[in-house]
Amino acid sequence: MRDKQLAVRMRNISKSFGQVQANSNVSLDIYRGEILALLGENGSGKTTLMNMLSGIYFPDGGTTEIDGRRVTIGSPKDAFDYGIGMIHQHFKLVNVFTAAENIVLGLKEPGRFDLQAASERIRAICDTYGFDVDPNQKVYDMSVSQKQTVEIVKLLYRGAEILILDEPTAVLTPQETDRLFAVLRNMRDAGKAIVIITHKLHEVQEISDRVVVLRKGERVGEMVTAESTTEEMTTMMVGHQVALDIDRPRPVNPKRRMRIHGLTVRDGEGVLKLDNVSFSVYSGEILGVAGISGSGQKELLEAIAGLQPVEIGSIEYINDDGTIDQLIGKDPLEIASMGVALAFVPEDRLGMGLVASMDLTDNMMLRSFRDGPSPFTDRRAPKELAEKVVDELEVSTQSVSTPVRRLSGGNVQKVLVGREISSAPSVLLTAYAVRGLDVNSSYMIYDLINRQKASGTAVVYVGEDLDVLLELCDRILVLCGGKVSGIVDGRYTSKNEVGMLMTKLGGEAR
Amino acid sequence: MIDLVSFIPRAVAQSIPLLLGSTGEIVTEKSGNLNLGIPGVMYVGGICGVIGSFMYERSLSDPSQINAFLGIAIPVTCCLLGSLLMGLLYCFLTVNLRANQNVTGLAMTTFGVGFGNFFGGSLIKLTGADVPTISLGTTSRLFRTALPFASSMGWFGQVFLSFGFLAYVAIAIALVASYILNRTRVGLQLRAIGEDPATADAAGINITRYKYIATCGGCMIAGLGGLYYVMDYANGIWSNDAFGDRGWLAIALVIFTIWRPNVSIPASILFGGLYILYLFIPTGKNLAIKELYKMLPYLVTIVVLIITSMRSRRENQPPESLGLPYFREER
Amino acid sequence: MIHVTKRRELPPQQVLAIRLAAIALALVTCGIITTMTTGLNPISVYGTMINGAFGSQRKVWILLQETALLLCVSLALTPAFRMRFWNLGGEGQILIGGLAAAACMIISGGRLPNVVVIPLEIVAAIGAGAAWALLPALFKAKWNTNETLFTLMMNYVATQLVAYYVMIWEVPKGSGKIGIINQGTQVGWLPQIGSYKYLLNILIVAVLTVAMYAYLRYSKHGYEISVVGESTSTARYVGIKVERVIIRTLLLSGAICGLAGLLLVGGTDHTITTTIAAGRGFTAVMVAWLSKFNPAIMVASSLLLVFMGRGAGEISTIYGLNHSFGDILTGIILFFIIGSEFFITYRLNIQRKGGKGDD
Repeated sequence: MRDKQLAVRMRNISKSFGQVQANSNVSLDIYRGEILALLGENGSGKTTLMNMLSGIYFPDGGTTEIDGRRVTIGSPKDAFDYGIGMIHQHFKLVNVFTAAENIVLGLKEPGRFDLQAASERIRAICDTYGFDVDPNQKVYDMSVSQKQTVEIVKLLYRGAEILILDEPTAVLTPQETDRLFAVLRNMRDAGKAIVIITHKLHEVQEISDRVVVLRKGERVGEMVTAESTTEEMTTMMVGHQVALDIDRPRPVNPKRRMRIHGLTVRDGEGVLKLDNVSFSVYSGEILGVAGISGSGQKELLEAIAGLQPVEIGSIEYINDDGTIDQLIGKDPLEIASMGVALAFVPEDRLGMGLVASMDLTDNMMLRSFRDGPSPFTDRRAPKELAEKVVDELEVSTQSVSTPVRRLSGGNVQKVLVGREISSAPSVLLTAYAVRGLDVNSSYMIYDLINRQKASGTAVVYVGEDLDVLLELCDRILVLCGGKVSGIVDGRYTSKNEVGMLMTKLGGEAR
Repeated sequence: MIDLVSFIPRAVAQSIPLLLGSTGEIVTEKSGNLNLGIPGVMYVGGICGVIGSFMYERSLSDPSQINAFLGIAIPVTCCLLGSLLMGLLYCFLTVNLRANQNVTGLAMTTFGVGFGNFFGGSLIKLTGADVPTISLGTTSRLFRTALPFASSMGWFGQVFLSFGFLAYVAIAIALVASYILNRTRVGLQLRAIGEDPATADAAGINITRYKYIATCGGCMIAGLGGLYYVMDYANGIWSNDAFGDRGWLAIALVIFTIWRPNVSIPASILFGGLYILYLFIPTGKNLAIKELYKMLPYLVTIVVLIITSMRSRRENQPPESLGLPYFREER
Repeated sequence: MIHVTKRRELPPQQVLAIRLAAIALALVTCGIITTMTTGLNPISVYGTMINGAFGSQRKVWILLQETALLLCVSLALTPAFRMRFWNLGGEGQILIGGLAAAACMIISGGRLPNVVVIPLEIVAAIGAGAAWALLPALFKAKWNTNETLFTLMMNYVATQLVAYYVMIWEVPKGSGKIGIINQGTQVGWLPQIGSYKYLLNILIVAVLTVAMYAYLRYSKHGYEISVVGESTSTARYVGIKVERVIIRTLLLSGAICGLAGLLLVGGTDHTITTTIAAGRGFTAVMVAWLSKFNPAIMVASSLLLVFMGRGAGEISTIYGLNHSFGDILTGIILFFIIGSEFFITYRLNIQRKGGKGDD
């Protein structure tokens, strides 16, 4: 083994946000000439920890040493001065600036401010590593992967010594990922310290030298990649064997409930988000939707729910008596008034599904507040519903008059799901229903979804965890770059097969 | 027909306070601070200059013995100090204490206009002076000194050279501000803060320092506008509320020019022209119509505001984080 | 080194204590400044102020009337603010409402009876205020045009419009003023209750306060406003038509501003000038914001600001100072209250730089 030089030594770092403890007593060593994978599930505190190293957050407690020297990193500028650079998951780029302007932003190069010279240097870096960046292109004209490339060039331009990448491959195609990994290896061999934050095991295997695993804000272990198996990593990451043991009863008397045909959606900027998507949804069945993030899942659900303008295509709702309603061009209110009982658990719980500053009761009446002829709202029924949800779904809250923003993530989701299923929906759409939830809450959500399925609801479950999709869903629709790349039977498919479909169409994931 | 040779100089004289006010506000807004206290700041700048020069003139036994350098330096320094204090107050409340910018700005305008009118109305009583009105004719003459050969150059001299030095300073400030914003590292970083402070912060830019410098600098520039008005335009005579709504007109200019100080030079002359157009248009006995002409600057600003929002070109939008406080650990 | 973090929510008593402490501190500062400018001893500063505000029956009536009008405008702005629509156009909406009322009074003067003129006046004033707010709302709803700047500009369009009509209607010609309208016939003057000139205005605003409280808290419209203010994507998610709520709410906001104009022109002043709104459109922004958009707290905030203004006015009258002294004191009070919000939301952690943070 090579002789490694310690670059960063973090000890007993803690950080909380309001009532949420994001990190508690985490210790971490980062070495030069090594790629360290920081592994953990969503919400395990990986990003928070690295944000403290890069000066975005300030730790509540603990110590940090860089090259053996005790330091206080109070701002991103401090972090830069210690040679720490981070690529955030949400890119830190100014939209109305060009690539070159973004790259030199914050630098204090000696001499006159000369964008021309900077552009030359940028081109040189791009040539060295094979990037394709036009220094004069505005960021708002760029694709996601171009933006990430700019971020990487920015770090290279600054010659950062300690590089942190937060889930860098989430938005990349396989080819782009390969290219990124090649660059990372080059940089490692040049003696830089690299940290990659991820929850994807195959990436850990492929790129890292060492793995540190976080779970629920705590450090649970460390291993040398070459000496470990994915099973060991998984066990450490989730805390128990991945035999999820989710119930999957056979669909009872499935009937076609919705027929989606040729659905095509563009976003506000004219980018194709859904391309000729066709499939059917059956009652008493759970249809899973898998795909790399940003493959059109959000647009698909929002189009069905009446929140997304559709370019062409049809969404037909088939009533029990066989009559057909067309849902295209209808807003959520019109869909409801047609007698279509559609429930939707959106990805953004507090930004879309609930009103963060309102209490449980007021959130319960979000869909029903219009009921009745009076110009005033009736809070009795929603209050009863809130009490029922708190009781049945074991929501831990002081009372039903607590604002939902004070609840933890799992309880927020229970409130949202509880409200959505209270209307006895015939179609239930869920997006990342268990993201950020602890194991118990997740199982409660699976159970609730299964109960809906048993009562004849057609469920569409958009998920990111393939293990869950494979155990929960009857059928799995795989989206890739806005197209349907396959629909497989959940009982007979494999993780491998779904994974292949997710990257099928040349991996063009945009 | 309008007599351009007499119209243009008057339009320019009207435009200088607007130009200074809008340049100051543009610099401020580029840092993401929407300072609606600018009208108040301009009053404070004006009255502080008046107080300084009133004290100085009173200390002289013979006003004609005024020292030209001190006669200008004292009011200018007082004006800049007063405006700076207003800027510091705004920054302390909005940057350090993260107060709402609209509310803070409006409170500053209430305070500033009140401050100006109070001292304007009470200065004589407070100092126990025995003069009937605040009239700083001697100082004003210093401020209004034009180039000596201007009058000998006919229409050219009248249109381009007949102004006091602050007018040329105003144009220079606008050009320099434009250059700094668009062509320098400092300008790039300042614009980044106004667009996306989280990104600027991550790039290691000291947000607080930039916001302070831009806002306080902006206030000092705007304060000079108040000083120009009273010393040059109004011949050194302070009368309460005479400055009127010019501060708001300066804010309108910011929108009208789409946040560009160099464009503000012709645009402020245009606004100044619209402001006094009624004097040059034969309206016969109908004096009322001039009030409608005064509406024009606001109307064209509204039209520009609407058009830019409809065309939604990314470059023409207000700084994206304008009016929003920044707290690094917000989540 | 001082480091700032967000607080967990404070109990209401503590929030109130921080606010009261800020007001107390502001009053002390005001006292010191007054003493410095007038040489008056601090105790008699406050004595004079209280005397200025409550010294006689007439003064109490004026205090209540001023409070009512400021409160009226604050209530008008509140629904818009709760929706995060920055209506800074109160000033213009008041003016245009007042102008419409004055127009009714002048045009119908002498020819129509009060039973016709007064309803006409009410409809015109409220309608004009609503229309003035509708314009920015339409563009906000359709093209997301910046409403802060739009409403601000509309103020001055209204001012010039009033200035224009003042010239048209001036009495006597060349005076630049309208004078008391229908002095002899009192046509279009809102009725006076008994011998109390201001009682009607005060009662109307009192009813309005209760109504606004109920509207915001218990009505379906109020609920929609809260949802839109919190998140437009949540609103769309449950089928609330955001554009419609924006337009409806701004119509209401402008209508109440128009009502304030009516109360000024038809109720008390019986004339119109460009300064009749007296900055209430702006002061109300601060009142509404500082009261956290709660109509009940707004009563107290308006009273405090009017008290300061009246008290400072008394001081300036006695000492022959300019009446703008009140604005200075109001500004100081506002600065303190604005600053105190910070200590409610955030917490300061003091740490020695580079030192051991946790021991």
